[in-house]
Amino acid sequence: MQTQILLIVFLPLLASIIAGLVNKNAPSVFAKSITTGALFVSAALSWPIFLGFLGGTATAEVVPVLKWVQSGDMTFDWALRVDALTAVMLVVINSVSALVHLYSWGYMEEDPDQPRFFAYLSLFTFAMLMLVTADNLVQMFFGWEGVGLASYLLIGFWFKKPSAGAAAIKAFVVNRVGDLGFMLGIFGTFLVFQTTSISEILEAAPAMSGTTIGFLGMRLYTMDILCILLFIGAMGKSAQLFLHTWLPDAMEGPTPVSALIHAATMVTAGVFMVCRLSPMFETAPTALAIVTVVGAATCFFAATIGTTQWDIKRVIAYSTCSQLGYMFFAAGVGAYGVAMFHLFTHAFFKALLFLGAGSVIHAMHHEQDMRYYGDLRKKIPITFWAMMAGTLAITGVGVLGVFGFAGFYSKDAILEAAFARGTGISQFAFWAGAVAALLTSFYSWRLMFLTFWGKPRWIDSEHIQHSVHKTPEEAGADTTGGYKPHESPWSMLIPLILLTVGAVLAGYIYKYPFIDGSSDAVNGAFWGGSIYFNENLVHALHAVPLWVKLTATVVMITGFIGAYIAYIAKPDIPAKFVENFGWLHRFVYNKWYFDELYDRIFVKPAFWLGRQFWKLGDIGTIDRFGPNGIAWVVERSSGAAKTIQSGYLYTYALIMLLGLIAAITWVLL
Amino acid sequence: MDGFPILTTMMLVPLVGAILCLFIGGAAARGVALAATLATFALGVLLWASYDIGGAQWQFTERAELFEGFSYALGIDGIALMLIMLSVFLMPICVLASWTSITKRVGEYMSAFLFMEVLMIGVFAAQDLFLFYIFFEAGLIPMYLIIGVWGGDNRIYASYKFFLYTLFGSVLMLIAMFWMVAEAGTSDIPTLMQYDFPVAAQFWLFLAFFASFAVKMPMWPVHTWLPDAHVQAPTAGSVILAGVLLKLGGYGFIRFSLPMFPDASGELAWLIFALSMVAVVYTSLVALVQQDMKKLIAYSSVAHMALVTAGLFAFNVQGLEGAMMIMLGHGLVSGALFLCVGVIYDRLHTREIDRYGGLSINMPYYALFFLLFTMASVGLPGTSNFIGEFLALAGIYQTSTWVAFVCTTGIILGAAYMLYLYRRVAFGVQKNEDAAAMPDITAREWAMMAPIAAAVLWMGVYPESFLAPMRADIAALDARIASAAPANDSQLADGAPRAEAANAIAHEGGEH
Repeated sequence: MQTQILLIVFLPLLASIIAGLVNKNAPSVFAKSITTGALFVSAALSWPIFLGFLGGTATAEVVPVLKWVQSGDMTFDWALRVDALTAVMLVVINSVSALVHLYSWGYMEEDPDQPRFFAYLSLFTFAMLMLVTADNLVQMFFGWEGVGLASYLLIGFWFKKPSAGAAAIKAFVVNRVGDLGFMLGIFGTFLVFQTTSISEILEAAPAMSGTTIGFLGMRLYTMDILCILLFIGAMGKSAQLFLHTWLPDAMEGPTPVSALIHAATMVTAGVFMVCRLSPMFETAPTALAIVTVVGAATCFFAATIGTTQWDIKRVIAYSTCSQLGYMFFAAGVGAYGVAMFHLFTHAFFKALLFLGAGSVIHAMHHEQDMRYYGDLRKKIPITFWAMMAGTLAITGVGVLGVFGFAGFYSKDAILEAAFARGTGISQFAFWAGAVAALLTSFYSWRLMFLTFWGKPRWIDSEHIQHSVHKTPEEAGADTTGGYKPHESPWSMLIPLILLTVGAVLAGYIYKYPFIDGSSDAVNGAFWGGSIYFNENLVHALHAVPLWVKLTATVVMITGFIGAYIAYIAKPDIPAKFVENFGWLHRFVYNKWYFDELYDRIFVKPAFWLGRQFWKLGDIGTIDRFGPNGIAWVVERSSGAAKTIQSGYLYTYALIMLLGLIAAITWVLL
Repeated sequence: MDGFPILTTMMLVPLVGAILCLFIGGAAARGVALAATLATFALGVLLWASYDIGGAQWQFTERAELFEGFSYALGIDGIALMLIMLSVFLMPICVLASWTSITKRVGEYMSAFLFMEVLMIGVFAAQDLFLFYIFFEAGLIPMYLIIGVWGGDNRIYASYKFFLYTLFGSVLMLIAMFWMVAEAGTSDIPTLMQYDFPVAAQFWLFLAFFASFAVKMPMWPVHTWLPDAHVQAPTAGSVILAGVLLKLGGYGFIRFSLPMFPDASGELAWLIFALSMVAVVYTSLVALVQQDMKKLIAYSSVAHMALVTAGLFAFNVQGLEGAMMIMLGHGLVSGALFLCVGVIYDRLHTREIDRYGGLSINMPYYALFFLLFTMASVGLPGTSNFIGEFLALAGIYQTSTWVAFVCTTGIILGAAYMLYLYRRVAFGVQKNEDAAAMPDITAREWAMMAPIAAAVLWMGVYPESFLAPMRADIAALDARIASAAPANDSQLADGAPRAEAANAIAHEGGEH
């Protein structure tokens, strides 16, 4: 298995370097083939490993690569660790990445910078693989920052747009706020455990559960503060409440990027981290309570915003943010396997939704505003059915005990776990999750109805106007403006079809290994100790009352009906709602004013302080009284000295006399 | 290598080159300077290759007694070796950077640089207190001339400020040195490093040396000479200033202050921490609002150097090694960033950030290098600066969580000002026609950037090459100062274990 693992991780890096250096010196098909080829090889090598863990034949393995740092007692090396948890991530990352590479052949076809784009995509994949195969916290941090770099580069890929440049910086800097927590967490962990090796830390963690430690003048439970610090890192990467503001802006990147990085893989890194360190988090009850609350709050908060946005990608972005919240509170209540299950299914259906949205955007001449869509059902049927499958999966359509789409199994299991956990906080999470599920169903169907049903509203779009060279007045009653939406090329449709299979079947096929740990009697066997497996919770989860099991389905149907009424049956309802509840709509539509708030309390003051320190501090004080002041004093005193040295005898005599008097006075006293 | 005076040879080669340059002048001086610096670099490689890791602490020692209390004594340990390597590595690059941009008094210019190299090797190799002092202070003169003669419009003010600041501290240090030699009876640095000065005297000695090193570092609030000096200096002058001269302060702390005055160092660590914390936040914010590229990078240097001082006074191996790695990494990266500024300054003759924009379009390879160095400056893992920053902060955390917390905010602010700079230069539309017409980097500029880029990645991926030679020396220093370490504020304390797992269903509600 060693060679496979090395190939899986380093092929994308190699492809990225070659594609990036050759850049435009070869036809772009060269860079595209080499990167896409590498990713398909990696994906093909990943599945047998995953299936090996499913079948119980594979065991955890660590492949040493290179010495990294040895400083006193602190050592960490480059190494690749593959266990069941990593195997899940390998499959998710490489499959989605390979499909996104393929999809980009079609989507980016007209872009002059394709080699650069594909090099970035592969670089991202490499960094993400380093993250999930990390054997120590520092390598995880390497991957963590590596994906951050790739995300920065890809968000800013169309760097001529000022908004893309701004979004790229925002993503990086907000993530750095999280990284501050992550880094302090690593330092604290090293201080406590004298190691950065994840397996050694997890082994030693239970013994530390009662200890306390000083941090910024406070005295706290050691494990709580360490886990909270690490979780702050996870919040940044996974765009949780307070550190979420970068994710919607990240939609400035090309759509394949949104599918790969900002839906399926990178943003789930935080969830992966909490699961990877689950034995550690299990010794930190307060930290876990925070994880639960933040996750539950995010899943509700982001879902509310999703119901009001017009940009198709932003709706899906907030949806991602919300779904990540589900994963976190699943982990927070101790259902790590369930959290990973949702991560797994979400990767397929959310990548599908994003790529489907990309296909719609492609069909609609780069228009992203859903107000200008409508009636696309028959025009782009394959995209429509793919989006349909994604929507059925995310809203969790299914019949108990028969069959359901992917989200049906994973999301329902999360709600059941929260309910089964039985604490006050987990009850909060359950209800927040239930309400969010209603909103999820509403905004997902809203997206579908606005895009694929109703009357075409295309001619109001500037993009379409450019395409057909007509104004709405010229088009008159024909609101299509004569525009002909075109179905995407096969390079884009094949990934959609394959992901559709995942969104339909991933839940049904893999529910036992992920939730119960195994399809047979041996619970937890699949995970093989790679996460904390709470068998009691799994039993309790299956034993929740029927109304709890049906809650998700009920709210899903309610959301669907709401969307149907508002956007199909009586399409004037949304406008009336906005009229009557303007303040509420404005608040939600403006994303709860987080951006404005942060701008006021962080961004503007930082620049203001910088100017003050510079003008008043450096120039106004230090230089003024320092070097310039000394120069001034020297100049003045030399001026004074000059007048004394007048050359007249009487001046010297006077000074001599004064000197004598002073000397005598000194001696006498 | 036995008996061959390689250190003296390494100083003689540039010295001969310097004298030659003075006489031949003109274009030929460039060739001589390049040859001399490359030969010195080759000797440096030989030096590194023959350095015996795990061998004697002081290697390649040379000694000639000149007169009572003063000897020409050279020798290096791993720390000095690394700093010498940094100097001789950057030198040929500096010559290349000046190749076309310096057109007046080329001979004198190259000569000044070669003299500079002699003095830099000397200062790291000196084993005699006064010999060190001479090299340490004499280094000012060529740099003063480089700024004052070949600098920008406001060069006289800048060079005067630079000289005034740095000289101020040195006088106090010289007085302290006389006292020390009288007390210990020797000017031999290795002996003095083991000598236990009276604790009361250490306090004043420390402050006297501190005055000099703090200015050289530079630490807040005596940093204001640096932005002016950088802005006015020619590109290569900035590279040497940021790459090597700023390391003299850190080297001073690690060679003198810590081992010679360990008690005072421990006692005054709070002062260093306080100044460092202010510097990280203050200068980072100032960097954020700069309009002049060189000023921005200069202020970022102050913030990075603050991590060095805080790391040094963390009193543990990670802090010390981290500080050394930051010095090496910063030497490469800030030097490279100044080269990046120089490349576009040579084309457009302005450092105003807003005059550029969209350079990724017409200068893709330049944008790539600039991106790499920007990311290294931000401390991205896999680059040189990450290793240093990570180790230093980890070391600081073990001494004080407060200091670690404040210093770590530097990673946020650093990302903000560097990416903001990069965005304004390389991203966006090409709003200025002249900037849009600039050609991508030439072969000569490739030759400047590529070696630094390789070194930055090497140091980030396999820092062992650089850590190994210093390991024994750092361990020895750590052992020497350990007893004076300030108390840490973490104070891990035992307690009764809580519920074994937070979410074990049997233990309902594991809250404490």
